[in-house]
Amino acid sequence: MIRVENIKRQFGEQHVLKGINTVFEAGKTNLIIGRSGAGKTVLLKILVGLIPPTSGSIWYGDVNFTALNIKQRKAIRSEMGMLFQGSALFDSMNVEENVRFPLDMFTNMTSKEKKMTVDSTLERVGLSGANVKYPSEISGGMQKRVGIARAIVLKPKYLFCDEPNSGLDPTTSLLIDELIKELTVENNMTTVINTHDMNSVMEIGDKINLLYFGELEWTGNRKEVMSSNNAVLQDFIFASPFLQRLRDAALKNVGNL
Amino acid sequence: MFYHLGRYILLIFSSFSKPEKLSMYWKETARQMNDIGVGSLIIIGLVSVFIGAVTAVQFAYQLQGSSIPAYYIGYIIRDTMIIELAPTFTCLALAGKVGSNMAAEIGGMRQKEQIDALEVMGVDTASYLIMPKLLAAVTVIPMLVILSAFMGMAGGYLACVLGKLVTASDFMQGLRSFFIPYNVFLMQVKSIVFAFLLTSISCYQGFYVKGGSIELGRASTNAVVMSNIVILLADYIIAMLLT
Repeated sequence: MIRVENIKRQFGEQHVLKGINTVFEAGKTNLIIGRSGAGKTVLLKILVGLIPPTSGSIWYGDVNFTALNIKQRKAIRSEMGMLFQGSALFDSMNVEENVRFPLDMFTNMTSKEKKMTVDSTLERVGLSGANVKYPSEISGGMQKRVGIARAIVLKPKYLFCDEPNSGLDPTTSLLIDELIKELTVENNMTTVINTHDMNSVMEIGDKINLLYFGELEWTGNRKEVMSSNNAVLQDFIFASPFLQRLRDAALKNVGNL
Repeated sequence: MFYHLGRYILLIFSSFSKPEKLSMYWKETARQMNDIGVGSLIIIGLVSVFIGAVTAVQFAYQLQGSSIPAYYIGYIIRDTMIIELAPTFTCLALAGKVGSNMAAEIGGMRQKEQIDALEVMGVDTASYLIMPKLLAAVTVIPMLVILSAFMGMAGGYLACVLGKLVTASDFMQGLRSFFIPYNVFLMQVKSIVFAFLLTSISCYQGFYVKGGSIELGRASTNAVVMSNIVILLADYIIAMLLT
């Protein structure tokens, strides 16, 4: 579980986060949603320690992560995996070397054990046989899968995903969402996903946090989205007239039932 | 300027922290040694041969009609190459080739969030990305400088003999005359200092890249320009201190 306490972040005169309080629960896919510029990426980077908050604290279990120095953070970071928006794979390494990197760096496994772990992880994300391909030789969806494989190869307690669906077609996006959801349940991970993909919200949003101009506007699960009266949430989720008509039709049917 | 100097010093200090895993750092150091050393052999060899040859032709021209013995050309080329031209020209050429490459490599990693990915994994990024490059550079570049000195003398020999400026025996006599081993020490001090400077400045320029491809190109150019200026400044300081 990750607890966010009154996180504020200011860049010059600009207040990007204005006191966020929330909890990301274990075994669930916790979503951070919001319009561009709402502060989603900044919050995610504060969670993993890439950006320090101006004030407030992040708790991983009973440990105040924000109070730790870089060396002390290593223990928590060994329990983190992160999928970046652009996958952030190492260009000079092939798929297998990318996934093996955390094993090489942080474990004392034998070469055989590493090979078995990498192969089973690649198989889990549906990339068996892609070991020797380089990032430039595979599609965006496959790159995301390799990124996920690298993030979970050390079996982390916390998984962070920054825009996992960006640049992907709807079908591939759904497959990536399903994969993240399954891995979260399988490994009882605390998964935090930063997204503005509405399919993700409605398919895998166990807990949804809506940011609006740096403030936490709404919190709930995907079922509560439909029935919520929050105008910001409704405007954001059902942004197009088409989606609004769909929502109205769905609510009408529920009423008829 | 003081902001950059302070940040540069902090980055270089932080790059010498304890490695997470020695074998991974060694692997990276070996890769860098190959890139810097083997990858630069041809360019350094060519540059050095021509520098030696040009130096020989210029000195022969200046010695014309003087009472200085002809064999002095060999002696002058040897000491010029050892004391000044081999370390300085080699490192100026490497700042252009290796320095810009390092700045672009690290800067590209920054832009593609690869450095962030390493950081989230718990890797000390300054240490993992910079220390192997520094160790590789201060190990391999002095070897390249020795090669450069020999290639420069070979270039001078070829220019003298083929151009009939002096005889081969006169040139060889000059090469063997008045040798001071301290000059080789001076050459190695210069090459180690220059190697450290060009690598650390290039890594610094790449490590803090922000923005897009224009900023990356600018960082790469800055790496070369700043390295060249600082190498020449350091050359002057070493000359003042050690000669």
